[in-house]
Amino acid sequence: MEPVVPIDPDAAAAGPAWSAVAAVALGGALGAPARYEVAKLVPTAVDAFPWATFWTNVGGAFALGLFLVVIIERFPPSRYLRPFVAVGFLGAFTTFSTFAVETDLLVKDGHAPIALAYVVASLVAGLGAATAGMTVGRLGRLGRRGEER
Amino acid sequence: MTSPGLWVGLAGAGAVGAVARYVVDRAVSARASGDLPRGTLVINLSGSLVLGLITGAALYHAFPSTPRVIVGTGFCGAFTTFSTFTFETVRLLEEGEVGDAAVNLVVSVVGATLAAALGIALMALV
Repeated sequence: MEPVVPIDPDAAAAGPAWSAVAAVALGGALGAPARYEVAKLVPTAVDAFPWATFWTNVGGAFALGLFLVVIIERFPPSRYLRPFVAVGFLGAFTTFSTFAVETDLLVKDGHAPIALAYVVASLVAGLGAATAGMTVGRLGRLGRRGEER
Repeated sequence: MTSPGLWVGLAGAGAVGAVARYVVDRAVSARASGDLPRGTLVINLSGSLVLGLITGAALYHAFPSTPRVIVGTGFCGAFTTFSTFTFETVRLLEEGEVGDAAVNLVVSVVGATLAAALGIALMALV
């Protein structure tokens, strides 16, 4: 039976609790400043489409889909890589709270159409990016399996 | 240039936020039944409320910039997550759990924006 990624990627993270927590902390310590630097590189006016958060979240969704499929379905088991990369770094790099607050502020300042476009674009692109990442991650596995036949 | 102090603050807050998410997700998932990823839902809604409070404090009470960036961008940003949300939703769809995927999507987006709006509104009142 091929290992299949769980729906909740964090629920069954392997490894002893405290070393996994340390890996999560290290990933978070890198992911949060990384997002801050991206936000500074892609400055967004208060009344405009929040491109920095959009690209951070879409890029992070692609990376997580790719990483989890590769690490779980192709190279199990990983003790620290998953807590560090998936839970720590990518979890901290992407954000839901800033997405929610930016949407609210756009509505509050009279830019409801931009807010609606931001929500729809983030969801469509985010889900598409996660799907794309998982698809790319599974390509090599299918090819390799095909060669074995 | 980001000052070294701000970097240290962001890194520390990011580490705390990520670990808090890991702990909360495991605690909620251990108690929850069904396929709906309740851990991530609880995290994204509560984190959005906190960032709403911080944003409201900055808008209406001149809450200073450095602690706002460290707690808001660092902690709330690291605590809440978009990548896990999209991954869990796509996995639900792959499993044919279209209803759970739709509930997860709607509750996450509507719940988080309402929670953040509540936080901003509360700070406008006090």
